[in-house]
Amino acid sequence: MALDTLGDSVMLTRLDHLANWVRKNSLWPMPFATACCGIELMATGASRHDIARFGSEAMRFTPRQCDLMIVAGRVVMKMIPVLQRIWQQMPEPKWCISMGACASSGGVFDTYAVVQGIDRFIPVDVYVPGCPPRPEQLLQAVMDIQDKVTRTGTFNAREFAQRTEFDGPRFSLPDVPPTAAVVAPGNYQSAKRLQD
Amino acid sequence: MSNEELVGVLREKFGDGIRSSQFRDNFRIHVEAARVHDVLAYLKHDHGFDMLVELCAADYLRYPNATDRYGVWYCLLNVSTGRRLIVKTFVNDPSPRLPSVFDLWKGADWMEREVYDMYGIEFDGHPDLRRILLPDEFTSFPLRKDYPLRGRGERHNFQPITRAEA
Repeated sequence: MALDTLGDSVMLTRLDHLANWVRKNSLWPMPFATACCGIELMATGASRHDIARFGSEAMRFTPRQCDLMIVAGRVVMKMIPVLQRIWQQMPEPKWCISMGACASSGGVFDTYAVVQGIDRFIPVDVYVPGCPPRPEQLLQAVMDIQDKVTRTGTFNAREFAQRTEFDGPRFSLPDVPPTAAVVAPGNYQSAKRLQD
Repeated sequence: MSNEELVGVLREKFGDGIRSSQFRDNFRIHVEAARVHDVLAYLKHDHGFDMLVELCAADYLRYPNATDRYGVWYCLLNVSTGRRLIVKTFVNDPSPRLPSVFDLWKGADWMEREVYDMYGIEFDGHPDLRRILLPDEFTSFPLRKDYPLRGRGERHNFQPITRAEA
C-alpha cells in the first residue's frame, strides 16, 4: 500500500483546526494606543517581556494588515468614528482586546467627552483590567485570545456572521435626559448630527 | 515704570474704569470689556508687551462675591525686559462678546477659538471663529458651570457595530 510508505509526512485534521492553529500563532496586533496603557503595550513588545514569544510581535500601523486590535487608553467621543472605521478596515477574522480600565469602562474619566467603555461601540473579546495593566496581563490576554481562536474559530470565520445582535452592554438610562439640543452623529458617513 | 505708575498712566488715558489687584506676584489690571482692545493695543505699542502668553477664561457662576459671569484674562510678556502683566476683563450673558486681539498678536487665534469652544464667548473680528477641540456638531459649551459633568447625552450618540457588520 502507498500509505505504508508515507510514514510521518501525512497528517489528518479538520480545516477549521488547521486554520485556527495557523492564526493563533501569528496574531498581528493593531496598536490603538491613546494613553499611558500604550507605554505598557510598548513594554510588552520590548525585549524584557517579548510578545514575540506568542507570535504577536508584528505590530502594524495600518489596520488592513492586522487581525488583533489592542485598544490601549482612554477614547474620547470625538475619536469613536475613527476607532470604528479602523475596526471596519481590518480584514476578517479579527479580534479586539480592550486594555486597561479606561478603554474598558472609562476609568476615572466619567465626563462628557470620554467614552465609558469601547465595548459600547465595537465588539470586544478580552478585557484587561489594570491602570495600566502589567505586560504580563496583556500577555495573558493574548493567550486568552489564542485560546478563544482555538475553541471558536472557523476556517471562513462564519462564527462572526451569526452574531447579528450587538453583544456589548446597553446604555442604562442616560445620565441627563438628552434634550433636543444635542443628538446623534449616529451615522458618521452622512454626518448630519443635529436633530431637526 | 512701577506697576502703580503704569496704572496711573492707564487711568489718565482710559479713565477711572481701570482698577488693579495683586495676588502674590501676579499684578492684574481690570478693564471693562468695551475698552480692553484699546488698552491692550496701548500696552503692546507703547509699553513693549509684544507677546501674548495666554488668553483664557473662567465661569464665575455661583462663585462667592462674583459680580460678573465670565472672566477673561490676557497674560502679557515684554520679551526685552521680561516684565509680565495680566489684563483681566469680564463679560456677561446673554451673548458674551469681546473684541478679538488677533490683529495685535497672531497667537490669539487658537486661544480665542478655545475660549469660544469651552465658554461660548464670541470674539468680534476673529478671522475663523469655530470650535477647535470639540466636534463641530457639538452645541454646548462644556466648561460653563451649568453644564453637567457627564454631558447631555453626547456620549451615547454613535451607532454600535455588531460582529456581523464588521
